[in-house]
Amino acid sequence: MSCDCEKKLEAEFSTNKVDTSLMDEVIDKFKRENGNLISVLQDAQEAYGYLPLDVLKMIADRTGNKRAKIYGVATFYSQFRLKPRGKYIILTCQGTACHVNGSDAIAEALCEELNIKVGDSTSDWMFSLEEVACLGCCSLAPVIMINGEAFGNLTPKSARKIVKDIYASEKGVAVNED
Amino acid sequence: MKIRIGFGSCGIAAGAKKVTDKFGQILAEKNLNIDVSVTGCIGMCYYEPIVDIIDDKGVFTYANVTPTMVEEIIERHIVNGEPIQEHIVSTTQEPYPQLKNQVRIVLKNCGIINPEKIEDYTENDGYKALNKVVNEMTPETVIDEIKISGLRGRGGAGFPTWFKWDAAKKSKGSEKYVVCNADEGDPGAFMDRSVLEGDPHAVLEGMIIAGYAMEANYGFIYCRAEYPLAIERLKIAIQQARDKNYLGKNILGSGFDFDIVIKTGAGAFVCGEETALIASLEGERGMPRLKPPFPAQSGYYGKPTNINNVETFANVPWIFRNGGAAFAAYGTKTSKGTKVFALAGKIKNGGLVEVPMGMTLREVIYGIGGGIKQDNEFKAVQMGGPSGGCIPRALLDTPVDYESINQTGAIMGSGGMVVMDEETCMVDMARFFLDFTVKESCGKCTYCRIGTKRMLEILDRICTGEGVLEDLNTLQILCTSIRDGSLCALGGTAPNPVLTTIRYFKDEYLAHIEDKKCPAKQCKPLLTYTIIEESCKGCTLCAQKCPAQAITGELKKVHEIDQSKCVKCGNCVTVCKTKSIAVE
Ligand SMILES: Cc1cc2nc3c(=O)[nH]c(=O)nc-3n(C[C@H](O)[C@H](O)[C@H](O)COP(=O)(O)O)c2cc1C
Ligand code: SF4
Ligand code: SF4
Ligand code: FES
Ligand code: FES
Repeated sequence: MSCDCEKKLEAEFSTNKVDTSLMDEVIDKFKRENGNLISVLQDAQEAYGYLPLDVLKMIADRTGNKRAKIYGVATFYSQFRLKPRGKYIILTCQGTACHVNGSDAIAEALCEELNIKVGDSTSDWMFSLEEVACLGCCSLAPVIMINGEAFGNLTPKSARKIVKDIYASEKGVAVNED
Repeated sequence: MKIRIGFGSCGIAAGAKKVTDKFGQILAEKNLNIDVSVTGCIGMCYYEPIVDIIDDKGVFTYANVTPTMVEEIIERHIVNGEPIQEHIVSTTQEPYPQLKNQVRIVLKNCGIINPEKIEDYTENDGYKALNKVVNEMTPETVIDEIKISGLRGRGGAGFPTWFKWDAAKKSKGSEKYVVCNADEGDPGAFMDRSVLEGDPHAVLEGMIIAGYAMEANYGFIYCRAEYPLAIERLKIAIQQARDKNYLGKNILGSGFDFDIVIKTGAGAFVCGEETALIASLEGERGMPRLKPPFPAQSGYYGKPTNINNVETFANVPWIFRNGGAAFAAYGTKTSKGTKVFALAGKIKNGGLVEVPMGMTLREVIYGIGGGIKQDNEFKAVQMGGPSGGCIPRALLDTPVDYESINQTGAIMGSGGMVVMDEETCMVDMARFFLDFTVKESCGKCTYCRIGTKRMLEILDRICTGEGVLEDLNTLQILCTSIRDGSLCALGGTAPNPVLTTIRYFKDEYLAHIEDKKCPAKQCKPLLTYTIIEESCKGCTLCAQKCPAQAITGELKKVHEIDQSKCVKCGNCVTVCKTKSIAVE
């Protein structure tokens, strides 16, 4: 018996070819520390920036789990990215406090500035834009976080400026992860 | 002399890094050898970045410090010894007025000690409670002391802590686990983050004591991935505690072993629920399961497990230093001690406050929080996040304790208080929380998975002017079925934001449904934009920025909006310098 659920699901993942040898250390650590699947996926994402399909398949084989289980965990948690992402990940907070203080306008301004939709990355793989539920800096709402650093009390204008500044400082340093 | 900079996530977001760099740079230039240390959040986020200059005259606190101010502070205060009065908000002699009505148990050290130095914690009585517990008390007397304190869980439900510890202790099995729930998923709440960043050792000490009481030797901290700084500081703290034998084998010569490991969450609100959290710790999808068996009987890999919230643990060392009775002296008959609240939203002084239970909402919001931004009219305060509800103005004198808050239809929750004013639409708020629930439902229960989606669709309709009166009825029916048909509290309490807004703000729902108007002017499809002839200067700015070419008019003549073309984007309002666009 076969069905095409697996194919359908796999279409959600990225089939980019990657160097799977980076996984050796991750799997070793998993076996050494008797770790769990989430940590393996977190380490894999740390290594690749996202979870390529080949890596997920490899995790299934090497940890003795069914692929369905690996896909299940990878798609349950919002932290896991199934597609490549930019060098800078912008998290725009859509939590209660930020919502009340106009986070929609910030997200809109960033989409416009980067010319992408929430959830996508710029074509030069410089930025990815994602929504999060709360960054814990609610009294400085609206807030965004870029690669772990939070920026608060934003206006659409200052949010654009942050992006522009990063672009400016990156100029010449071409990044192409594709 | 010493310089201390507020370096929590909020402080950093407000610019503390630049300020710190500037201090480093100028001190080096001037060859001044002064210790610059970091601290967590004092809780007054509106003053961040905060810099304390500590000399023999005491502590001088500078607020909203910018890199340019740094130069001045060094020149005038540090070099010339003249504090700059106009930038100082607090001194040893005249401390922050906002602290006057607060009682600080959990936040005692936050914003004062360096969270990355264990010595700072031990100099402030840190690990004294642990020493006393492991060397002078039995697990039974520890649990008794917690019982006397009346401590209830700060994670939301307010379950008596002693009872959970006792159940885990009485559970059979030699392998038991203590888990600290640092998933803090309620959007709009940040108490736990601040405690973890500002005083991580207090949480560790509380966990070790809990381990001793229930005879467990292992602990986990399940911390959400969105808190990188908290995780970093916890890692440092755990290593330091191991080095000093507060963790590890034979702790302080007592024969008791205990160690703690951090597990990072992966972004799922439902993992704050105990059984989902355990599933997630085991590396599975974080889906709740039926209770019983309770985690105290069967938790992490089937072993007895006790889960408490960050703030619950952070109260524990204080209780053993000062006695359960001293703790119980604060608060009300059923809710003892203090509670930390995260004030956010349309509040002037957003931040963290810790008050004795029983203080009224009014005292918290107006007395300490300073009231509403721009002195707008207070409309409601949201407590308990997606499981909670909106408390209206008429109930501002409700005391904060578990039972009184429950009576309003909201819940105490973990301590998030999002304040709303006349510009917040309550229908939109209900829609916002439902949207959250729909995204975060784990999908196991049909009512939670599909019922909340149906509710969201109805609320979406109401917010776009397509609502009908019957919708209110349907919402109520869905609320009851979802509450009864959901396995865990995520679904079980998801109707609360809708129920409370319908209960207290029915007129707003009716305005959306019957008049097709949004009184708070937030639901864009219900708004009409017109140009005020009297003040329009004919500058053409709005016409240039209108994406729908709905605005016509000649230079220096009054402009006009073609309602059939207007897509209600609001651009014209933003660009008009003479405020000539009326929104109805
Ligand atoms: C959907 C859901 C999310 C929750 N999120 C959290 C959380 O983020 N932090 C927390 O401490 N408790 C959370 N809880 C409550 C926990 O299940 C649990 O009651 C609490 O951690 C127990 O600790 P306490 O007794 O110290 O309050 C959540 C509950 C539910 C149903
Ligand atoms: S109520 Fe919702 S979140 Fe809770 S178990 Fe059921 S589907 Fe999952
Ligand atoms: S609200 Fe937007 S679409 Fe409507 S008139 Fe103003 S700018 Fe044009
Ligand atoms: S709501 Fe945005 S940081 Fe919390
Ligand atoms: S400054 Fe950190 S909690 Fe506000």
